[in-house]
Amino acid sequence: MRVRVKLFAIIRERAGTDQLTLDLPQGATVSSAVSVLRERFPAVADFLSRSAFAVNQSYVKAETVLNDGDELAVIPPVSGGWR
Amino acid sequence: MNDWIAILSSPLDVAAAVAFVRDPRAGGIDVFLGTTRGERSADGRDLASLEYEAYEAMAMEQLRALAAQARQRWPVLKLALLHRVGAVAIAEPSVIIAVSTPHRADAFAACRWLIDALKTDVAIWKREIWTDGSGTWVH
Repeated sequence: MRVRVKLFAIIRERAGTDQLTLDLPQGATVSSAVSVLRERFPAVADFLSRSAFAVNQSYVKAETVLNDGDELAVIPPVSGGWR
Repeated sequence: MNDWIAILSSPLDVAAAVAFVRDPRAGGIDVFLGTTRGERSADGRDLASLEYEAYEAMAMEQLRALAAQARQRWPVLKLALLHRVGAVAIAEPSVIIAVSTPHRADAFAACRWLIDALKTDVAIWKREIWTDGSGTWVH
């Protein structure tokens, strides 16, 4: 099945793209998608470990199963800034 | 329409935000502007601007959720949550929060809570752009 991945900020910059499509087996989880990203873009591995993930604009855990047509977004730490 | 929530790539208009939240039932309007603060890096580079990037679909949902939470906690009449994307020069606003309430204490509290929550939760990232053209992501 096909999943659309969206990348932002430092991950987007290091990967050299803001989005890509992954072909994954049925039952693939967010974790397995992230493993593919890690292999494909070794430069972002460290940031992937510190990122949150959202599927169709809602935060999800890594064990979440993906479905065909889902939009998976990798959310690196947001810049809260100082008060 | 009592909420104006937007992510914009053009300069933010504080007068428009204030005009939007104005209400005959309001005794107070609180407005917050987050502005780009000039910085000098440890190695002597000057900040030229901050550059913002958003996951717009998700950020808009998150902003709407924050607005709903603010309305549950305080008697908000109208509110505006405006965030800019792209480059924001020194002293220019990247975010405007405006809130009107019947009594001023609630306007202060709601406005403060909204900006603090926005900075922690919302899918918007910023990068420091220095005068030499280099950029560093802020985490």
